[in-house]
Amino acid sequence: MTTPVALSPRRVVVLGAASAIAEATCRVLAAQGASFALLGRDAARLDAIAADLSARGAAKAVAVAKDLADARDAEAVLAACARDIGPIDTVMIFYGVLGDQAQAEADLAEAARLLQVNFTSAALWALAAAPHVEQAGARGVILAVSSVAGDRGRRSNFIYGAAKGGLALIMQGLAHKFGAKPGGPRAVALKLGFVDTPMTAHVKKGGPLWATPAGVAPVIARALERGGPMVYAPWFWRFVMLAIRVTPQAIFNRVNL
Amino acid sequence: MILPAPGPAESWGRVVRASSRRLAPQFRDEVARGLAAARDAGVSTLGVGLGRSYGDSGLNSDQAVIDARHLDRLISFDPDAGVLRAEAGASLGALAQVLAPRGFFLPTVPGTRFVTLGGAVANDVHGKNHERAGTFGANVRRIGLRRSDGVVEIAPGDDLFAATIGGLGLTGFIEWVEIGVTRIPSTLIDQETIPFDDLDAFFAIAAESKARFEHTVAWVDCTQGGKSIGRGVFTRGVWAPDGGFAPHTDRALPVPIEAPSFALNPLTLKAFNVAYDAAQRLKAGTARVHYTGHFWPLDSLFGWNKLYGPKGFYQYQCVLPWATGRDGVAEMLRRIARSGEGSFLAVLKTFGDRPSPGMLSFPMPGTTLALDFRNRGAATMKLLAALDDIVREAGGRLYPAKDGRMPAAMFRAGYPALDRFATFVDPAFSSDFWRRITA
Repeated sequence: MTTPVALSPRRVVVLGAASAIAEATCRVLAAQGASFALLGRDAARLDAIAADLSARGAAKAVAVAKDLADARDAEAVLAACARDIGPIDTVMIFYGVLGDQAQAEADLAEAARLLQVNFTSAALWALAAAPHVEQAGARGVILAVSSVAGDRGRRSNFIYGAAKGGLALIMQGLAHKFGAKPGGPRAVALKLGFVDTPMTAHVKKGGPLWATPAGVAPVIARALERGGPMVYAPWFWRFVMLAIRVTPQAIFNRVNL
Repeated sequence: MILPAPGPAESWGRVVRASSRRLAPQFRDEVARGLAAARDAGVSTLGVGLGRSYGDSGLNSDQAVIDARHLDRLISFDPDAGVLRAEAGASLGALAQVLAPRGFFLPTVPGTRFVTLGGAVANDVHGKNHERAGTFGANVRRIGLRRSDGVVEIAPGDDLFAATIGGLGLTGFIEWVEIGVTRIPSTLIDQETIPFDDLDAFFAIAAESKARFEHTVAWVDCTQGGKSIGRGVFTRGVWAPDGGFAPHTDRALPVPIEAPSFALNPLTLKAFNVAYDAAQRLKAGTARVHYTGHFWPLDSLFGWNKLYGPKGFYQYQCVLPWATGRDGVAEMLRRIARSGEGSFLAVLKTFGDRPSPGMLSFPMPGTTLALDFRNRGAATMKLLAALDDIVREAGGRLYPAKDGRMPAAMFRAGYPALDRFATFVDPAFSSDFWRRITA
């Protein structure tokens, strides 16, 4: 039996804070008294979320309007966040765009946009965040939302999948770098299955594979504290994706996924 | 914002199965665009929440609904003043989870926590502490209402506020609500369970409980006729003076499948009532329980409405004024016992005299009786019409949130402010109930 340790509240930068999953996760952390810098495009929406988190117990919540697909000023933005809420120990990357595979194959500009949003910019934010969480030591953590789509290239969504898979490799690499000496921070790629959010509003839902933002939020909050660099949520996706990864290509080719 | 294709919609009683074009905004700025999309498509709109209205007041068949459940953010909480403002889609259960650990609670809660703030206002819900707290609407301080011509902020004293409290969502889309919250000494309830043998005993216990117990309610065995009429169990409670501030958790046992239609029949109903009565009598006495078991016993059985089978059920809740209450309730119980129909959970409660600002608010000083009846078509309709006669004769009225069938004349007779209310209905809003009652 272990004694529960009282956690000191986190200082969190949330990239893509208006996403339904980000918001649900922040509510869990707000109840623990966390401080937040909330980044996203729409200032009014971020303000609404900041007010909510403050009323739920957040020590501080500031909204920072920023188009995250442009990461050229990532270092300066994160430094400003640290001035607002104090030394950052937690960075969560939630933003992303699902896009349309067929459209992206037909229009390379659209493919470039999907890769820029989901991979290139996210990777740069993660690299810019690394020195901050290293300062925080073992408390420090970078978490990025990847996807089960990144586990094997599939004809239905391999551009999005490649970007999310690449982001998972960045996180895995950071975890390896941080793990080189004891007492370092952590990096986590969160591989989400189907979650009922506006991003998937067009998809027909129902059945046991679908999770809710409030359902995956505690899993994400737990992944900030402990566990390996690859976290599947809900947990059963680890096994679903294992099966998908080991299926021989000859058989895989005949499956419409 | 594009209006989606029609999808299935049903209410809690599951008698009416409708189809609606459902918008589910994540942020308040989307509501105005949703309304515009409905207008462009030439259909009316109704704000909806967690779908716990039993009949047709929460349905807008073949037209648009704006599902508020993602608009569930707190806007501000001032513990010194005891004032909470939140978006209308926040459920009372979720708000209780935020308030309880800080030593606060909602001023009153209905028998389920799966009710949105907007739904609590639109139906002016009541709870076990009606005598002390009045209705939910009596504790509302301000409302942000999106009308088809813009947003208005309304407060007690405004006519539009009075129309919106209990206004069934017809005066506009409720975007946010500000309420006064109550300090509690703990999240536990000191609860007493007292069996009683007839209606006179019920009224005696109710009168005697007023001074000392904030929360009162009774269950009656509506399968009993003759001398045992009005036999039941009285439950009363007060917040315990200590015991900590643990909120409730969201664990519940789901009812995974719909019960077959023969599962509920006069025989099983009688057996259930006898067994429930015996179990409650065994519990007689005092216990310290968590608020969730005291306020929301049925919530631990998620989806209990499916127990009534594929044809669904009707809920019937009336209130009778003091003067006619005892005899009226007795007559209704006799009529129900004779029919062999009647419910698992017949609930009897007294209302206090704290007035609600709502024009169409259901509670009035007197006695309320709530029952559910499995849907057996014409036979059920006949029984409910007979009960209507008793309620009208007694000068009482029915609760629209529970209703799916009352004749327009019955509604009009119970709600004298109806014509005045109608002048505040936003032309862009409607519901199945409203079309039925004003047809």
